[in-house]
Amino acid sequence: MTESELRAALRDYITRELIRDAAYPLRDDEGIVSGGLIDSFALAELGVFVEKTFNIYIPDPDLTVATMDRLDQITARVLRDLPK
Amino acid sequence: MLTLATRSSYRTVLDTAFLRGGDPGATAIVYLSATAEPIVITRAAFQRQVRRYAAAMTAQGVRARDLIVIAHTQNLECMVAFWGALLIDAVPSMFPTLTEKLDPQIYMNGITALVAREGVRAVFTTDDFAPLLRPLVTCAVYGTSDVPTDLFDDTPIAAPDPDAIAFLQHSSGTTGLQKGVALSHRAVLNHLAGYGDAIAITPDDVIVSWLPLYHDMGLIAGFMMPLIQGIPLVLMSPFEWVRAPAMLLRAIDAYRATLCWLPNFAYNHCARRIRERDLDGLSIASMRLFVNTSENVSDASHQLFYDRFAAIGCTRAMLSTSYGMAENVFAVSQTRAGELPRVETIDRDALEHERRAVVVAADHPRAVVRTACGTAIAGTQMRVIDRDTGALLGDRQVGEYVITSDCLLTEYYRRPDLNPIDADGWYRTGDIGYLADGCVYVSGRVKDLIINGGKNIFPGDIEAIVNEVEGVYPGRVVAFGVDDVREGTELVAVVAEVRAMQDAETLHRINADIRRIVSTRAGVTASYVQLVDDRWLIKTSSGKIARSANRDKWLRERAEAGAS
Repeated sequence: MTESELRAALRDYITRELIRDAAYPLRDDEGIVSGGLIDSFALAELGVFVEKTFNIYIPDPDLTVATMDRLDQITARVLRDLPK
Repeated sequence: MLTLATRSSYRTVLDTAFLRGGDPGATAIVYLSATAEPIVITRAAFQRQVRRYAAAMTAQGVRARDLIVIAHTQNLECMVAFWGALLIDAVPSMFPTLTEKLDPQIYMNGITALVAREGVRAVFTTDDFAPLLRPLVTCAVYGTSDVPTDLFDDTPIAAPDPDAIAFLQHSSGTTGLQKGVALSHRAVLNHLAGYGDAIAITPDDVIVSWLPLYHDMGLIAGFMMPLIQGIPLVLMSPFEWVRAPAMLLRAIDAYRATLCWLPNFAYNHCARRIRERDLDGLSIASMRLFVNTSENVSDASHQLFYDRFAAIGCTRAMLSTSYGMAENVFAVSQTRAGELPRVETIDRDALEHERRAVVVAADHPRAVVRTACGTAIAGTQMRVIDRDTGALLGDRQVGEYVITSDCLLTEYYRRPDLNPIDADGWYRTGDIGYLADGCVYVSGRVKDLIINGGKNIFPGDIEAIVNEVEGVYPGRVVAFGVDDVREGTELVAVVAEVRAMQDAETLHRINADIRRIVSTRAGVTASYVQLVDDRWLIKTSSGKIARSANRDKWLRERAEAGAS
C-alpha cells in the first residue's frame, strides 16, 4: 500500500465514520480533535480500525491528541508500522 | 459497615472507615495511571495525608463552614483536599477540570462567577492554574506547592451538626450558572444506608471507577461510598479511560473488582473500542454489578456489552440499572442485586399522544423498547404527576417524577430565589416517565436538554455560541440532541442558516469554525453541523426557533437522503 492509498483510506474512514460527513473536505493538516471535529472517544475507535484494517497495534500512550490530531500525523504513524 | 441496621451509630460522614480505626493497613485507594505504576494508599496513609492537608488549610485561615472549591485534575491531591476540608468542618466542592480542549477563559469565567455568587473562601488548584486564576477572584487561591505537606498530622476531627451542609455538588450545565446542590451529613449517610441495601453491599466489595469526582455519580459511588464503607476504591483518570477503555477491564481483573457505575455510553465505548488483543487473558468474572445510570438506559447497549464480554466472564445478571440525581445525593431507584432490569415494548404513539405506556408485541409497527431503572431505594418515595395540573397520575401514565426522601438536598447553595422542595416535602425532578409496579421507566425531560456522554448540555447555550460565528445569521441557529444507537448516547446536532451561494471554501471555514467554537466553549463535540440557506428553519408564530420541529425536519431530510 502506498502512502497516498493509505492516506485516502484513513481520510475516508475518518470523514465517514468519525466526523459523520463523508463530504467534509478534511485537510491534511487540520486538527481533527483540537478542531472539535471528533472527540477523544473517537481516538480509541481509530485504534480499533487500524488494528482491524492494517493489523497494526498502536499502544495506548500513542493514541493521544498530541500524536494523532492531524491526518498527516496519523498517516505517518500507521505507515511506520505497515509491512514494507 | 453503614447499613440500614447500623445507620443510627453514624452521626456524620466523618464517621468514616478510614478515620474510625479498623485495619489501618487495609487498602483505601488504588490510583491507576496509563503511564505509571499503581499507587496504593492504605487507610492509615490516607488518614495521615488528610490530617496534614487539614492542618495546612487551617494554617491558611480556612475555618469551619467556609466554602472551599477544589479545581484539580483528577488526582490524589483533590481527594485528600476534599476530606481535609471535611475534617475541619469546611464545606468542599469538587469543580470540573480544565480540559485540553476547553477554552481556559471560559473555564475561568465560570469559577470567577461561582466564587462571587457562593462566597467561596478559597480555591485549591494546580500550580499551573493558580497564578492565572488569582488575579480574577476575590478569594484566596492555592496551588499545590502553596500547601505545606510537613505540618503535624494531628488535626482534630471536627464534630459537625448532622444537619449541617457537608459538601456541595455542582450540577453540570453552563459553568457560570451552575447550582450548588447542598447535601447534609444526614442526607449523605441516609442515602448510603438505603443505597447499600439496594445493591447488597458487603465488606468484600471492591469498587472500580473512572468517573470524574465533580459529577454526582463519581463523587458518591466512585469516591465517598467506598471510603465511608471501608471498601477499596480502584480509581483512574476519566481522560485516560476515554482514550484507553481497556484500562477498566484490566483494573477489574487485577483487583478482582465487584462494583462499577457507568453511564450508558460507556457500555458502547467499551464494547466497540477495546481492541481484541487487549482482552487477552483478562477475566471480569469477579464483578457483581455494573450499574447503568445518569443518561437514558438502553437494553441494546447492555446486549452489545454482554455479547462482547461474555467470553471473559460477563453475565446478564451483572447488568443493573439505576435512576438518580444529585438532589437525592445520587440514586433514586436501583434494580436489586441479582435482579435483571425489566424491559418492555410499548406503543410510541400512545406514549407521545395519550401519555400512556401500552405494552405491545415486539413486531408492532410503533414499538419502542424501554428499560426500567429498578424501584425506589429505601427512604425514597416516587410519584408521577401531571406536569400542568400537578394531579397525581396512576400506573403507566406518563408525567413528571416527583420524589421525597430522607436524603434530599438542603437547598441550592445561596440561591434563596430557588425553592426546590415544596411545602409537603416533594422535589420536582424535571424528568418525564412512568411507573409500572413500582419500576421506573424514564422517557425524557421537561426542558430541552441534551445528555451527551453523561454530560448535561442546554441547546440554548450551544445556539448562543454558534451565533457568534462569522457567516452565520445571528439568531438563526438551532441545536438539538439526536439519539445514536451506535454510541449509546445523544449526539449534538447544529443547523445554522448562512447566506446562499457562498463558495465551498467559505462554507468549509464556517463549518470548521462552528465545530471548533462549540468544542472549546462548551466542551462538547458537535457531531453534526449542517449549513442551510435562509428560510430553512421553522419558527413559531411568535418568531422563535421551534427546536423540536426543526429536529423532526432535519431527521426527516436525513432519512430521505438515505443517511445513516
